[in-house]
Amino acid sequence: MSLDLSSTTFLGYRRENGRVGVRNHVIILPVDDLANAACEAVANNIKGTMALPHPYGRLQFGADLDLHFRTLIGTGANPNVAAVVVIGIENGWTKRVVDGIAATGKPVTGFGIEQHGDHETIMEASRVTKEYVQRASELRREEASLDELWVSTKCGESDTTSGCGSNPTVGNAFDKMYPHGTTLLFGETSEITGGEHLVAERCRNDEVRERFMFMFNRYQDMINRYKTSDLSESQPTKGNIEGGLTTIEEKALGNIQKIGKKCMVDGVLDKAEEPTGPGLWFMDSSSAAAEMVTLAAAAGFVVHFFPTGQGNIIGNPIIPVIKICANPRTLRTMSEHIDVDVSGLLRKEMTPDEAGDALLDSMFRTVNGRLTSAEAMGHREFVLTRLYESA
Amino acid sequence: MIDFVVHDEGDSVGVVVVEGVKAGDQISGWIMDQDKEINFTAASDIPIGHKLAIKPLKEGDTVIKYGVDIGRVVADIGKGEHAHVQNIKTKRW
Repeated sequence: MSLDLSSTTFLGYRRENGRVGVRNHVIILPVDDLANAACEAVANNIKGTMALPHPYGRLQFGADLDLHFRTLIGTGANPNVAAVVVIGIENGWTKRVVDGIAATGKPVTGFGIEQHGDHETIMEASRVTKEYVQRASELRREEASLDELWVSTKCGESDTTSGCGSNPTVGNAFDKMYPHGTTLLFGETSEITGGEHLVAERCRNDEVRERFMFMFNRYQDMINRYKTSDLSESQPTKGNIEGGLTTIEEKALGNIQKIGKKCMVDGVLDKAEEPTGPGLWFMDSSSAAAEMVTLAAAAGFVVHFFPTGQGNIIGNPIIPVIKICANPRTLRTMSEHIDVDVSGLLRKEMTPDEAGDALLDSMFRTVNGRLTSAEAMGHREFVLTRLYESA
Repeated sequence: MIDFVVHDEGDSVGVVVVEGVKAGDQISGWIMDQDKEINFTAASDIPIGHKLAIKPLKEGDTVIKYGVDIGRVVADIGKGEHAHVQNIKTKRW
């Protein structure tokens, strides 16, 4: 089997702003920790909706606050989301999130809890949410082309099999989609340490290369400012070490297999920043799985490739996360978490092209509607990146 | 049967890809980039995913994998021995 991508389309939800989603979620989005309870109550009242609780949103300031708003607005704006109800403790910051999402043209309404209390807020928000979910349930998938698809990648609980199996599989799929105008994303700034020269060589031009090295060095400076050791057990993680990865350099060289052999790095994004065109983008981001996938979703990516070695079980509330694994022990002990088995690569029973096609086949089934393992098992890790303490 | 894989023939280490490799086992490896086979004896018990030295490494040597520097040797490693955090450290951070 070899996929002919030039004629392959998928069925997605075309949104008011022209972007195409692959899911049709109605979400109840808290602006802050205090609004979690009301959001969860509304999601419990109105079936087929989802609350996205998180622990932040109070007394943040500066770049950290900007990132908070960018992440919440981006999550609501993501084309996998049909409509949004926003709840915050007060009206001002709630309106800021609502206005940001409203720019997409999709249905969004906000509620501030102060002067109403949880009960009245939950009642009013439930009325609106019910309208939204009934309206969303009538939307239909339409044919869309690969240049309308945005695909992100980040690996987790990597081991040595990631670098020779699951990560090159993502690279093979990226190389195949790149010429068709798909918008692609990778990141994990700290996890490029030791391979930064290889990413720099792949940058489209000097401007992109300088921006990439600025982001890379900014992250290195942060690590050097706070580190109390060589970071062993944090980066690489204890799980990485259990899986046989010894140093950050070794982990990084495995990590960057995900950008394939042919794609160029066309642009560089700050955290949760939306790309402005097709191609392969680097996003400055944490290497912690749920943080990075949350940032990718907030930047507008609609499906995620997640290679794992030791078995990271992450999902995301709004974007399907496809797990790829080449480690036969993980496939034996944790198969319910894995969507694409590429262990045959390590036995020479599968070629890199066959592995890449297996992933693309899984991707098309997923974007057309098949639930991933993480979706079926309820993994909805929504983790906001913080830059520093609250005021 | 492939017991371990090596990315590039210039590498100092390979990766065990089967469970249960014991010291004294005859093991065969696949050098992926050049598509070659190598055979020798494991000198340690090596868990799946962990590395073995495919050439003797001395303290202070640079460890090469993917044809690139992945760290420094901090204790001598014999051919076929388990190469990991007890004898290799990062050069960064």
